[in-house]
Amino acid sequence: MIWNREAECMQIGEREKLQLERLKAVLKRVYENVSYYRKCFDEIKVKPGDIKSLKDIKKLPFTTKTDLREGYPFGLFAVPRQEIVEVHTSSGTTGKPTVSGYTKKDIEIWGEVMARALTMVGATKEDIIQNGYGYGLFTGGLGVHYGAQRIGATVIPISAGQTKRQLEIMYDFGSTILTCTPSYALYLTEAAEEVGIDIKKLKLKAGCFGAEMWTDRMRDEIEKRFHLVALNIYGLTEIIGPGVAQECEEKNGLHIFDDHFYPEVVSPDTLEPLTEGEKGELVLTTLTREGTPMIRFRTRDVTALRREPCKCGRTLVRMDRITGRTDDRLKIRGVLIFPSQIEKALLEIKGVEPHYQIIVTRTQHLDELEVQVETSKKLFSDEVRHLEETRKKIEKHIENAIGLRVKVTLVEPKTLPRSEGKAKRVIDKRQL
Amino acid sequence: MEVKQISVFLENKKGRLWEALDVLAKSQINIRALSIADTSEFGILRLIVPDPEKAKKVLAKNNFTVRENDVIAVGVPDKPGGLAGILKILTDADINVEYVYAFVEKSGKKAVVVLRTDSISKGKTALKKAGVPVLSAEEVYSL
Repeated sequence: MIWNREAECMQIGEREKLQLERLKAVLKRVYENVSYYRKCFDEIKVKPGDIKSLKDIKKLPFTTKTDLREGYPFGLFAVPRQEIVEVHTSSGTTGKPTVSGYTKKDIEIWGEVMARALTMVGATKEDIIQNGYGYGLFTGGLGVHYGAQRIGATVIPISAGQTKRQLEIMYDFGSTILTCTPSYALYLTEAAEEVGIDIKKLKLKAGCFGAEMWTDRMRDEIEKRFHLVALNIYGLTEIIGPGVAQECEEKNGLHIFDDHFYPEVVSPDTLEPLTEGEKGELVLTTLTREGTPMIRFRTRDVTALRREPCKCGRTLVRMDRITGRTDDRLKIRGVLIFPSQIEKALLEIKGVEPHYQIIVTRTQHLDELEVQVETSKKLFSDEVRHLEETRKKIEKHIENAIGLRVKVTLVEPKTLPRSEGKAKRVIDKRQL
Repeated sequence: MEVKQISVFLENKKGRLWEALDVLAKSQINIRALSIADTSEFGILRLIVPDPEKAKKVLAKNNFTVRENDVIAVGVPDKPGGLAGILKILTDADINVEYVYAFVEKSGKKAVVVLRTDSISKGKTALKKAGVPVLSAEEVYSL
């Protein structure tokens, strides 16, 4: 099912025309209404009128999270504050939160792109959507909510947490679609046994999981345990929230709703645009936002763009599953690694559960990487020798994957933090 | 029926052993024999209890990683050389012993030795052949 065939299957040339038209309009709006953007454009002597083709976008300055903080809280609004009907903020885990302001029309756009995303997952008005994303300043809850309402599905605004209740409601109400973070989805499958809910009796058919990095292996695990189709959603508060991109049933990347959000991938080192299929940092420009338009926002997320047609019929450009963040690249003894590489290696070992934590320390001027892995029933043995062998096997496997020696520690099950929002996988204790 | 042993994975953290034993105590489970293998990071608590199924269930419910496996229990005269004799039999039969622990039964006349050989059935056969009294599960649980 396709929610908006006209927009999602538009001929590419047509869409580019639309994108350019919208880009020109948004540049004019920010230049006239946001002093921050005017200052940035003036500094490098670019005028909105200089942008004559989509390629010209590279003449424009980037916007970073730090830049946004300068305007905290309302400095980046492109409309009078009275026009803003809702605000959201980023989690603020890396400093002061950034504020996103939505006009009535922005909320409509959000509902539209989320309706597209949920339809891609398989939602219709017949469905019962259990929305386990947090409601509040976090965009996850309300984003899904608006999309579900647009479709006319029944939405259960249960929000994140209350695991026992989630499972009981899922069972009693017959929820057909689950939306939450992938790590929480896994946690729910674990908890089902304790709560005494038979997963096989649930009516779930699909899940829309995102808001944190995950892997295909984790997808397999969720699908196997929950008997549903697990699809990846992408978004970020600065751009709109969830609904920037969504994976379709073909599972070959996430379709970016590029009639609203214009994507580029640039080299994180040179900031030069990369070509199709090359891995780099995703940069997004909002083409239609009114409240807080973003020009070339550096997402820090690592991906690649793909333009070859998708079997589903949508002509929207696709992005790969996010494989890392340019700002959580870990530099260990001079080697750059992404936590996702460790996750991938870990999950290739039979019996290892996708619950782990990476701890970086520096003792005597040498970085040490410790990976804590929960000892599942499958890994455990009554013999010390076997447990030691398992531990070493995991160490060896990670070492082969990342080229660095790591220390693996087996910890007790369910002792590593389960997140209801974003899982914290890396603890960097180095004091540099 | 084979003698069942319950093993519990313990992180090397303060209070963890107590927590495991407390779970058993609260469920009225009496421990017949116990041993702990430890490394610098983790330990394995091994237990013989009269109702292994129940012990497994309550421990798992309290988030412990639990495993059940077969072990051999033999009665050994409580005098010097008792255990050595048993091990000699196994060595001669080329059977590797992974670990062993012992306790004295209530009357004090006999020691009970719990053995984990790489193959339980081979170990049992060798001991029986040499005339060593291999105890049944019922005998061990009711000690």
